[in-house]
Amino acid sequence: MKEKLNFNLLLMLAGLLGFLLSMQAPAGEPMLRMATTTSTQNSGLLDRLLPAFSKDTGIQVQVIAVGTGKALKMGRDGDVAVVMVHARKAEQAFVDDGSGVDRRGFMENDFLLAGPATDPAGIKQAGSTAAAMQRIFSSQSRFISRGDDSGTHKKEQALWGQAGVRPGGAWYLEAGQGMGKVLQMASEMEAYTLTDRGTWLAHQAKLQLDPLYAGDPILANPYGIIAVNPQKHPDIRHDLAKQLIDWVCTPQAQGIIRDYQVKGEALFKPTCGQNR
Amino acid sequence: METLSEAGTQALRLLLTGDPALWSIIGISFSVSLRAVLIAAPFALLCAFLLAYTRFPGRRLLIALFNTALSIPAVVVGLTLYMLLSRAGPLGDLRLLFTQNAMIIGQIILSFPLLVAMGHAAFQATDRRAWETALTLGARPWRALLTLIHETRFGLMAALLAGFGRIIAEVGSSMMVGGNILNHTRNIPTAIALETSKGSFAQGIALGLVLLLLALALNLTLSSLQGRGEVAA
Repeated sequence: MKEKLNFNLLLMLAGLLGFLLSMQAPAGEPMLRMATTTSTQNSGLLDRLLPAFSKDTGIQVQVIAVGTGKALKMGRDGDVAVVMVHARKAEQAFVDDGSGVDRRGFMENDFLLAGPATDPAGIKQAGSTAAAMQRIFSSQSRFISRGDDSGTHKKEQALWGQAGVRPGGAWYLEAGQGMGKVLQMASEMEAYTLTDRGTWLAHQAKLQLDPLYAGDPILANPYGIIAVNPQKHPDIRHDLAKQLIDWVCTPQAQGIIRDYQVKGEALFKPTCGQNR
Repeated sequence: METLSEAGTQALRLLLTGDPALWSIIGISFSVSLRAVLIAAPFALLCAFLLAYTRFPGRRLLIALFNTALSIPAVVVGLTLYMLLSRAGPLGDLRLLFTQNAMIIGQIILSFPLLVAMGHAAFQATDRRAWETALTLGARPWRALLTLIHETRFGLMAALLAGFGRIIAEVGSSMMVGGNILNHTRNIPTAIALETSKGSFAQGIALGLVLLLLALALNLTLSSLQGRGEVAA
């Protein structure tokens, strides 16, 4: 009786082990790990793009969505084989220090300035982004900054720089949080903020904010995809990363990007071959 | 791990150089959490006393509820509070969202069940006769309560420290209702979350070490006030 019990226990353990193992990727299915930003993930485009890639190539992609800085760090540490981010300068540094190879600018969307409908700084009538930023600065209207070193935060700092002003003081709040949260904060506090269009469209309905300024070419938000340098991390699947990078510039992938809509609005512009 | 040793030296350097941004974060952490635990303690300990020394219907259920509340995730407290304090919420007119006061309210809610549960355990462990003797000697109830609190001081101090420890380290509620605004509502845990999202892991660990060092200093101070902490002869 006792032996039978032990045998049953053994059988159960074996079954459990088998179950746990089966939860891993099925053998033979190559797995590519990619780090990207939360806003890319939240835009929903990857849910359209990656299944098509998997169907074409048989490669499964595991997406890890984090902040831009952390995504690049994961690339530097060899924790992922490919990164997809939107911070042109940081991407360049990532390639220049030998962490990344084969950068491809493959699509873009844009940033916009959102704020309360009353528009106390009057940025709606501004002639340029720089003028809009100057109006917010000189009226000391409350502005919420991402303050987290993200691509959007870096863009915001560049825009202040271009406007020739240095923000600071009680009206300028550094939130240190993701885009969705910062939009909620701007809505609650009747403040201005700079946002990428993807997150804006996803949250717009729940916000008491208006899109106040957009369309200046300076507000373009180019996305890059970069493979982690296989010479630094020989154990990563560089071959798979290379396939994904080549694939996003195929006419099929560029078509998916062009046709992708959020709430009835096109979100991204395919840009392969435009050298961005 | 090169990053961990890097973090250790960075923590020391940050503390020793008196980095103003860091001290602002530390100041916010401690002033918010200390205020929260000081506001919560009198009410919580009174609850604990009533649960231990009085009999009323539903008492056991109440104790079970307080013990259950120990497991509430901080982020759920934060989320509930957020919905109450939001401009669209019932308390929106108070304009408390993204202020230190909102963080304090969240931390009071978080520490309250812990203070009650540990305070209750401490009161339960006392000799009931101390309370009864004080009363028969003609002490008024509040005077007798003070005697009892004096008898229970080690257990109650442990409760306060545990309550403080829970909220000084919580990130979920502070992030939700504080907003992690630099120089206003950014405390050590939300700063760590921010550094992590930036990929500055060493800086994040360094902030964690700073928190631990300061908590250690606080605990040593309190335990020296408390005496040697041995069982009385």
